[in-house]
Amino acid sequence: MGDPVAAVAALDEETAEEALKLVEVDYEAMPALMSIDEALQRPDARIHDYGPRGNVHKEVSFDFGDVEAGFAEADHVREDTFFFEGNTHLPMEQHAAVGSRGPDGKLTVWSSTQTPHYVHRALAKVLEMPAAHIRVIACPNGGGFGGKSDPFSHEIVVAKLSMKAGRPVKVTLSREEVFYCHRGRHPVAMWVKTGLKKDGTITAMHFRSVLDGGAYGSYGVASLYYTGALQTVTYRIPRYKFEGVRVFTNKPPCGPKRGHGTPQPRYALECHVDKFCHDLGLDPVRWRIENALSPGAITANQMQVRTIGLRECLERVVERSGFSSKRGRLGAGRGVGLAASAYISGAGLPIYWNAMPHSGVQIKVDRGGGVAVFCGSTDIGQGSDSVLAYVVAEELGILPEDIRVMTADTDLTPVDLGSYSSRVTLMTGNAALQAARRVREPIFAAAARKLGVPVDRLRAASRRIFDADEPSRSLSFAEAVVLAESEFGTLGSVGSYTPPRSIARWKGAGVGPTPTYSYSACVVELSADRETGIVRVDKVWIAHDVGRSINPLLVIGQVEGSVYMGLGEVLMEEQAFRKGRHKIPSMLDYKSPTTLEMPPVESILVETLDPEGPYGAKECGQGPLLPVIPAVANALFDALGVRIDEVPITPEKVVAALEGRLRGPRMPALTYPQTVVVPPLAPGAPAAPPAPAASPGGSR
Amino acid sequence: MNDRSNRRGGLLEKARIRLRVNGEEREVLAPVHHTLLEVLREELGLPGTKHGCELGECGTCTVLVGGQPVLSCLTLPVECEGREVTTVEGLAAGGALHPLQQAFAELGSAQCGYCIPGFLLSAAALLRERPSPTRQEIAEATAGNLCRCTGYLKILEAIELAAARMRSRMENASD
Repeated sequence: MGDPVAAVAALDEETAEEALKLVEVDYEAMPALMSIDEALQRPDARIHDYGPRGNVHKEVSFDFGDVEAGFAEADHVREDTFFFEGNTHLPMEQHAAVGSRGPDGKLTVWSSTQTPHYVHRALAKVLEMPAAHIRVIACPNGGGFGGKSDPFSHEIVVAKLSMKAGRPVKVTLSREEVFYCHRGRHPVAMWVKTGLKKDGTITAMHFRSVLDGGAYGSYGVASLYYTGALQTVTYRIPRYKFEGVRVFTNKPPCGPKRGHGTPQPRYALECHVDKFCHDLGLDPVRWRIENALSPGAITANQMQVRTIGLRECLERVVERSGFSSKRGRLGAGRGVGLAASAYISGAGLPIYWNAMPHSGVQIKVDRGGGVAVFCGSTDIGQGSDSVLAYVVAEELGILPEDIRVMTADTDLTPVDLGSYSSRVTLMTGNAALQAARRVREPIFAAAARKLGVPVDRLRAASRRIFDADEPSRSLSFAEAVVLAESEFGTLGSVGSYTPPRSIARWKGAGVGPTPTYSYSACVVELSADRETGIVRVDKVWIAHDVGRSINPLLVIGQVEGSVYMGLGEVLMEEQAFRKGRHKIPSMLDYKSPTTLEMPPVESILVETLDPEGPYGAKECGQGPLLPVIPAVANALFDALGVRIDEVPITPEKVVAALEGRLRGPRMPALTYPQTVVVPPLAPGAPAAPPAPAASPGGSR
Repeated sequence: MNDRSNRRGGLLEKARIRLRVNGEEREVLAPVHHTLLEVLREELGLPGTKHGCELGECGTCTVLVGGQPVLSCLTLPVECEGREVTTVEGLAAGGALHPLQQAFAELGSAQCGYCIPGFLLSAAALLRERPSPTRQEIAEATAGNLCRCTGYLKILEAIELAAARMRSRMENASD
């Protein structure tokens, strides 16, 4: 549904519409499989001819450390089932692309994409053209959130039609078409079972997730692994088992949306934590702080934690919000809730298996003192262009406004994999750092000679290079550049970044590793109306371990935007279908928060100075969304004493829960594949590169 | 006056439309059913006005007509003849940013920026009528403008900051 079947080009839109009427399509009616259950019940009606069986796209099962033995040691075992409905990115700008073949036979595609490099690869493959004859330019982007990460049909169509027509061809999607393009949050049914000692020590956790993937693969194999990968990187879980199944249905394909596959299980996990704390009479703040992992921890599923600001995030958000004195004491219909989370600062592996850098930066310094920075990274509003400027300015001792940044053009800029997985500040930041330090060498060498000062005593700041011991001995950056070019020739450099090799040694461990995890903790205070079920969020406090805040203005912007998007997901947003069609493909009916629903947010930035990040920086664009959703659910329990184990938490569900008629979610009936028992890492074993999880290419 | 387009393949009825946009008299030939949004972007070369839905649902295409915010995707240019149309390109005066633009830039109120022209114009209309709006009044005046990046807070703060600066400028001017 929503698939393009034919394309026409014309001089104007109206003529194209008329021409479309001349296209006749014969459709063979097939059953529309609109839910996980329907897709599983009709294995005969296969949507694709790949996948292990029926409409199962991908299925996995891993046991890390024998969970059954862990459950046998437990004093208390709790099981919960949750459902997270799908929702969509809803970027304000609809996708658009222009294709044009020049008189030299070379093709240029301009697109509102987050991943020009992947579009470039897809175009070369589909058009069977040399990649060197295709140029992809990512335009200033009106919002992505993951929704512009897949190479799309319309990008191929403008390329092919422009080649056929010999004229530029443009496609702009309508808002309804954007809803059908989707690639958004997967609907996920989840079951979690945890064994605990009386004191709250976890002995084992078993997590199952079943994903409604929609009609195509998108990055769905990665999405599936992500629903099981990061449960372990917050609290001590000595034994862990994950089983996951992604099912094809006839709905628009799901894919990566802010948090990619991790908001659903994080919602389930953080509600589950509050529930078992309630069972055991444990304080949910103390449990989280006492069970938080320590720096350097290696988890049951072999994920490597480096720095971790989880405890500090929890302590600060609880202190600032007054959580402990408010919980259970705010009176009828009002409550507070707490949750914490973790996210990756860039995926440890690229989408396609290769040994090349994930990010490259080139710097050109001209004899007038001008500095230009070239990088394939794509600014989708998060400010990644400015990060390049800050890093290079810091290293060369000039000002960000002295630098010209050129990004996201596959002809002119070195490859960066794209704006996804919260990777850009860390990876392009590191690449820029390396390139800037390299180009600084000849400039400092020439300056040292001129000033008669050893190179290691030189510093650069405020457009000057000076002797640290005697700062009056100095020259301007521009003068030093002229001396360096005179001595060494034209000045330029490259830098690149490849994440460290993961220690994990099991097939599937390509998803989850990262240079470093970010951490967040959130407190939500809300009021709920028992009559109408309407929930009003009064205030949100959120602490985020960003490693180092390179530009606090932009970091807080990402944190506030994440809070906003999390509130929309937990309270109102759903990509819902009825009778085979999208129920609400419009911005009026797809409810998202407006200025009137947005509560005040107090953001607290925690800095852990991670050795792997540029100046210590981690991600901040996705992680802060994660704790918001369970914090609302936990606050609602505090306010009304009812649990709604299904997102979104709509007023009708609140009322149904209060009246005792809310049917809890259940898991689809299916068999999980045979479990792969993963042996523990041998102590001191040399780190080996993990096998890629799969190659979740755009077409699968 | 109506013209039959002689463009190859185009059979659209076009009308000559006179508009006063950002203080300039403009005359365009455009298909009669094209919206103000389309005419501003396609015929007048003013792409600062963005389209988010073209159904009047998101506020992204907000412009001012006669000082009032309207959704340009639901407005026909003929309705605007004889009235001043203001787009985001007309906010800055002689190279100096409008106080709203200045405040939005300083506070980091724009991320992807796509919704921002609509917010600026909704806010400009509000501040003209209410120089000292409360936070609630600002939120109500911009509730029809959706933003997916920012969570709105820095937008609301910037409108408050701009309002304060515009008030002090008015007071200084009247001293």
